[in-house]
Amino acid sequence: MLLQVVCLFIPLIAAIFMPFLFKKIRNIHTGWFVLFVPLFLAIYYATFVPSISKGETAVVQFDWIPSLGISFVSYIDGLSLLFSLLISGIGALVVLYSIFYLNRKKEQLHNFYIYLLIFMSAMLGVVQSDNMITLYLFWELTSISSFLLIGYWYNRDKSRFGALKSMMITVAGGMMMLGGFVLLSLMGGTFSIRSIIEQAPLFATNDTFVIALVLILLGAFTKSAQFPFYIWLPDAMEAPTPVSAYLHSATMVKAGIYLVARFTPVFALSEVWIWLVAGIGLLTLFWGSFFAVKQTDLKGILAFSTVSQLGLIMSLLGVGAIAYHVNDAADTVFKYASFAAIFHLINHATFKGSLFMIAGIVDHETGTRDIRKLGGLMSIMPVSFTVALIGSFSMAGLPPFNGFLSKEMFLTAMLSVTEFDLFNFSTWAPLFPIIAWVASVFTFVYSFYFVFKTFTGKLQENELPTKPHEAPIGMLISPVILASLVVTIFFIPNLVTDTFVKPAVMAIQPFLYSSPEDVHIHVSAWHGFSPELWMTLGIIVVGLLLFVTLSKWQKYYNTLPEQFTLNRLYDFTVNELLGSWMTRFSGLYMTGSIRNYLGYMFTAIPIIVIATLFIKNAFVVSFEGASPIHLYQIILIFVLVIGTITTVYARSRITSIIALGAVGYTVSLFFVIFNAPDLALTQLVIETISVALFLLAFYHLPKFQKVEERTRFKFGRVFISVGVGVMVTLVALSAHSQKLVTSIAEYYKETVYSLAGGGNIVNVILVDYRGFDTLFEIAVLAIAGIAIYGMIKLRMSRKEKNHESK
Amino acid sequence: MKVNNVILQFTTKIVFFIIFFFAVHIFFAGHYTPGGGFVGGLVTASAIVLLLVAFDLKTVRSLLPINYIYMVAIGLLIALGTASIAMFVNEPFFTHFFDYFYLPLFGKTSLHTAALFDFGVYLVVVGVTMTIIQTIGEDE
Repeated sequence: MLLQVVCLFIPLIAAIFMPFLFKKIRNIHTGWFVLFVPLFLAIYYATFVPSISKGETAVVQFDWIPSLGISFVSYIDGLSLLFSLLISGIGALVVLYSIFYLNRKKEQLHNFYIYLLIFMSAMLGVVQSDNMITLYLFWELTSISSFLLIGYWYNRDKSRFGALKSMMITVAGGMMMLGGFVLLSLMGGTFSIRSIIEQAPLFATNDTFVIALVLILLGAFTKSAQFPFYIWLPDAMEAPTPVSAYLHSATMVKAGIYLVARFTPVFALSEVWIWLVAGIGLLTLFWGSFFAVKQTDLKGILAFSTVSQLGLIMSLLGVGAIAYHVNDAADTVFKYASFAAIFHLINHATFKGSLFMIAGIVDHETGTRDIRKLGGLMSIMPVSFTVALIGSFSMAGLPPFNGFLSKEMFLTAMLSVTEFDLFNFSTWAPLFPIIAWVASVFTFVYSFYFVFKTFTGKLQENELPTKPHEAPIGMLISPVILASLVVTIFFIPNLVTDTFVKPAVMAIQPFLYSSPEDVHIHVSAWHGFSPELWMTLGIIVVGLLLFVTLSKWQKYYNTLPEQFTLNRLYDFTVNELLGSWMTRFSGLYMTGSIRNYLGYMFTAIPIIVIATLFIKNAFVVSFEGASPIHLYQIILIFVLVIGTITTVYARSRITSIIALGAVGYTVSLFFVIFNAPDLALTQLVIETISVALFLLAFYHLPKFQKVEERTRFKFGRVFISVGVGVMVTLVALSAHSQKLVTSIAEYYKETVYSLAGGGNIVNVILVDYRGFDTLFEIAVLAIAGIAIYGMIKLRMSRKEKNHESK
Repeated sequence: MKVNNVILQFTTKIVFFIIFFFAVHIFFAGHYTPGGGFVGGLVTASAIVLLLVAFDLKTVRSLLPINYIYMVAIGLLIALGTASIAMFVNEPFFTHFFDYFYLPLFGKTSLHTAALFDFGVYLVVVGVTMTIIQTIGEDE
């Protein structure tokens, strides 16, 4: 059944054909061709449902880099099947919606559908990969395709800003996640998530365990828009609405949820995991719902609401991890948490997808998404209103919609936290249900705010850019299907939970349940007068109260100054810290002055070399085998030193040049007394030529700057040059004092005549023993000669050309 | 302003040949005594420079109508070719061959492919030196 792996790539393969279809078949909207892909995938994955819901799994492996243990593994269990169905199912609905949303003639549809198909592949890969490296691969592919989709209208500034922001944040998190994966694979010796889960109990004592945990959580939190990384999601609303509906409500933002759920069996034993996942999730839930009421843009409300709902699911997963720490977890209340998380995930995908589509319809038919201009659309757009009402009520957690069921379970799970007494939970646990309740109240308020401010009240027809009317029927199909799902799930929740949720819960808590039937949870709309019910009643009463008085207190949001928001922090980081501060910092040392760069080099080299010399105990001075010093040598050294000092201290440059010549000739005299006639000859001629060239350069110095001036004394420079001198001296002394191998000169002496037929060892070495070097030295000479020729001649020819053009 | 340089020019005419033959000498003697292609080349170049000093660029160019850049190329080719000979007879690159021959005029003489290589070096050195000096000399 290789098909299972091939299916991951079907959207990618289909993407290749999109430009041809778009260019060649102009009369049919390209989306119709695309529609087949998610439809096929949805039907294909639906065939897995019977076996997976019994608790079986399906694994197919395709080796990619076997030597490194990297392979494409399509591992389908309850969790990944649920996500795959969401991706392909909602994918199909979104494609259908986009066919009517995007204009065939005005939009670059081939781009849009290519990005969308890449995204679909990537997302399927994320949820089905069992190999952590390929999981990371697909993960980054979702970031990239999401970047492209958000920036789809690339000639708008805001689109580009939003695309870049989401890219920066999610890719940064993805990198962290890769680090976590690598640490995990080092601990477990494999990239396979299944085998990591099997070995998980052994890891808890490992030093890097918590680091891996935090890194992977960073990846999940950035992708799932958790606090404080949620800031990219509201800006990503610049994308076309089908993209927002698909990526930023139903699929991509749930990749982080998937990751947390998938790795719960590995990390749930850690206290840090529970605190972080539950705590951050709850904070995000509150933060998102609190600020959603502030928004005036329809999609802005939905973005914050998505943030908040994701926080809700995340906190449930965190509480679900507690089940690993209590005995007989299958019989306690903690079993509800993971169940509720998965259940709410399904519900959220249905109602949020439909709400986004409605926001798109409103935008499309009225020309604006500004809630202050909207109102009174109820009678004009009755279908949209109905769908929006269903979606919003479900989001608020009202019966008879599926949001009610999962909201009840959420409250149950949060109340259960108070019974947990490990890890200092007894101190803080009472906060959990309180925050959850307050956040739910705000959720209620923004859900009502969204639907009633848009559809009821007075129609401000002159404020709207276009005359409002009901959307075409094609555009309404998808939201209506989703909305009917919202209602259906309320009435037959147990069919859905038995088929999808229980196998997924089994994947999250494999140590607790051996088959989906072991999950003894029965969802019912009516469960007696429990505390949850009273809390829900409280939410409704307080929420209604707040909604009615909304106009009185909404303005107080703006008392929180703009400077303290997280967007300000992001802007500061990107523009100030990475932008101008870094430029200023590199400006500090990248001065452009060669003198400075030489300073860095010549400071670093002596420090490194001298430090190494003494740390490694390599400094030795021994005069064993040194030759006696003759009077000639002393005289020559004296001349040499005088020449050198004159070169440095001379007042005029010409003195320096002459002194340098003197140094060169003295060196050739040294060659003479040290028995190197060839060197002496060459040195003599070369010194003459180079002094002549120096004089030439001196002669051509520009007149106006030819101020004769002694080299200025600077302590820093003297210090550096003394350092370099000391370094060379110390190294030379040490190198001379300890010879590890004997010289090979004896061999040359013995064989110079017998093997090479010569008498002058130096020359024979140059042309025979090591002629290779000589060959390339003359090549260097040739290059230098041609370079000088080129520099001078080409400059002249340019001058001539300029002359002609005048 | 043309200074009358009769003495310099006349001396140059003689000294040029002395220097040139000295250069040839140290080139050929290189394998047994100090010298070789490099120094020989430099000394040859200095002989030509002397001509340049005594006469002018144009005169020297008409005397020695040589394109020194070609000279560099030919020198490099000779050096490379000599080094490659060995490869045609299944020996490693840069293997030299030598033997003694009886030549009609010189008697028993040792001939060595290293001398050919050295000749390549010689040509490159003369060529490069003269290229540099001539190019700079022509520049205004």
